[in-house]
Amino acid sequence: MTDTTAQTGRAVAAPARKGSLLEVDSLTRKRNAAEARFKMYGLSAVIVGLLFLVALLATILSNGTSAFTQTFITIPVPLERAEIEAAEKSIVKTSKYRAIIGTAFANVLSSAGIETDMSAKDLDKMMSSGAAASVRDFVLANPASIGTTHTFDLLASSRVDGYLKGRVTREDLINDKNLDAAHLDIVDRLSAAGIVQKRFNWQFIFGADASDSRPEQAGIGVSMIGSFFMMLVVLVLSLPIGVAASIYLEEFAPKNRFTDLIEVNISNLAAVPSIVFGILGLAAFIQFAHLPQSAPLVGGLVLTLMTLPTIIISTRASLKSVPPSIRNAALGVGASKMQSVFHHVLPLAMPGILTGTIIGLAQALGETAPLLLIGMVGFIASNVPDGVAAGFLDPNSAMPAQIYEWAKRADPAFYERAWGGIIILLLFLMTMNIIAIILRRRFERRW
Amino acid sequence: MNEMPVVDAEAGTLLPKISAKKVQVFYGETHAIKDVDLNIADRTVTAFIGPSGCGKSTFLRCLNRMNDTIDICRVEGDIRIDGEDIYDPKVDPVQLRAKVGMVFQKPNPFPKSIYDNIAYGPRIHGLSRSKADLDEIVANSLQKAGLYEEVKDRLDEPGTGLSGGQQQRLCIARAIAVSPEVILMDEPCSALDPIATAKIEELIDELRENYTIVIVTHSMQQAARVSQRTAFFHLGNLVEEGETKEIFTNPTDRRTQDYITGRFG
Repeated sequence: MTDTTAQTGRAVAAPARKGSLLEVDSLTRKRNAAEARFKMYGLSAVIVGLLFLVALLATILSNGTSAFTQTFITIPVPLERAEIEAAEKSIVKTSKYRAIIGTAFANVLSSAGIETDMSAKDLDKMMSSGAAASVRDFVLANPASIGTTHTFDLLASSRVDGYLKGRVTREDLINDKNLDAAHLDIVDRLSAAGIVQKRFNWQFIFGADASDSRPEQAGIGVSMIGSFFMMLVVLVLSLPIGVAASIYLEEFAPKNRFTDLIEVNISNLAAVPSIVFGILGLAAFIQFAHLPQSAPLVGGLVLTLMTLPTIIISTRASLKSVPPSIRNAALGVGASKMQSVFHHVLPLAMPGILTGTIIGLAQALGETAPLLLIGMVGFIASNVPDGVAAGFLDPNSAMPAQIYEWAKRADPAFYERAWGGIIILLLFLMTMNIIAIILRRRFERRW
Repeated sequence: MNEMPVVDAEAGTLLPKISAKKVQVFYGETHAIKDVDLNIADRTVTAFIGPSGCGKSTFLRCLNRMNDTIDICRVEGDIRIDGEDIYDPKVDPVQLRAKVGMVFQKPNPFPKSIYDNIAYGPRIHGLSRSKADLDEIVANSLQKAGLYEEVKDRLDEPGTGLSGGQQQRLCIARAIAVSPEVILMDEPCSALDPIATAKIEELIDELRENYTIVIVTHSMQQAARVSQRTAFFHLGNLVEEGETKEIFTNPTDRRTQDYITGRFG
């Protein structure tokens, strides 16, 4: 027995190293090669990831930036009292206004020296069908302007806009019954004369969605408000509920089978597909509680359910990361459990909690699937909600739902807007992440 | 109050501040402290020595019920401070801990200013009526902990920016600030260099005039230097307790002798 151990002991003992330190032996060479290989794998993984990111950003930017400019036609429109009064008396008011604009447009063409044999109705196709409504809105808002000539920047139709952006070509127009090559000749000359111009399109950022026939008028503003109210609901509900639940579970709850079960279930909830939360919200909030459909309040409630596990998990992690010595110190000077948590542990966990909350919010902001089920997709909100209550309760959409809606529509002009909407959404997400980073830096304390 | 603590039966003038009888501590199934009987005298320094895992820290943490924070820990027996059973259901551990302060192994100042570190205890216990009161308590505590001269000009700087030894003295000042009667120290110098250690030991000697101090230490030299009485723990048993000099020069138990002569531990 002793002999064998002695023998194996001798056998295990490393033989004296032969050779010089200046020569690398085969084992070391192998190990070094393995390390170099692993570094290469890692680096190439990072490079692949970066390439995908660059490709993604490049596509989004190249497709989406054009949504931020829009073509306008500058037309001085004489607002004569007799004509306006006649138009207001008529049943189809905007079509009368359209006639007024049509005449003014013809005058613009002739004074610019552009001759055409096109009828006023054909010329009208170059303008957005919303142009007449915007002239009327202006007149109603400024009655004093009646009798004067006012210069309007009217939206060009999406085809004209598409032509100037290179989306619509002359070949495309063969099958197009709206516009033909003659129109484009006029557009070229108007553009040269500076009457047709591309400008930054504030309406895309602040405006409401528009119907299928008026992509040039569609904006993401109203759904942005919908998203804003939803996020408000999510923040107000999920932050206190999530933080309170985490503090209880982490600091106060007894460790037994029941709390283990809760813990496992919270982790599972975080992995539940969001559409499941959507159908839960449909059943619980709309069918059972009879809350209004398509309302940001309901959307917010559903997204709260979805965000809670994220917030609870990150809050518990950051509570756990506060060193126990701080808790001991507080208890040691006679602080109660709650005082030690609220005076010492929570402030130290704050950066983690805030980061988790903001990341949860950012996730919720980009979530589309649950909104499908509670009716926040496919609805065209044409008006900005008036007042806070309406903001929560009136039917609205949300940014990702609006983007999805645009991507679905046939007209390529909407497709461009979907990309533009994604840029705006990404800007929001980036801002939120930057805020998270700043907060983390700010509250972070070292010890 | 069925049984008053032994006061005069013990020889000498030392009155027991703390008396423990038949104390058992369990961590789940583990029997960590077995039948410990111990009296701790008022205004003396009592050192707990013994090899790692012998239960000396566990026993120390029974004295201010810090073990309550560990779910699986169960304490049996009778521990009295000034004759009052501290495990009585009527006793609130929070009040107890204001009376029995604690200094931990690693300096653990709050990540706040030096001032706030000390003012925290008095604030939550309502010990000061005004800002001036609080200022005085802070200055006093720092003076008693021998830190005042070093930090008086930078009370608003973070306590975590001090050196290790200063941090530990800050923790002692923080414990003093709530006017405890007993201060428990759990290896307070194990993370410090010899010079900082010497300062803390000096401080412990001064504090003895006003407080009952119980110190757990791994260093037998430290026990010999700072304590008047020493208790030797081994495998959850209290092997021997007596005058420090006696323990180190003339231990009665074989295990004590083996430990202090370095044969194990």
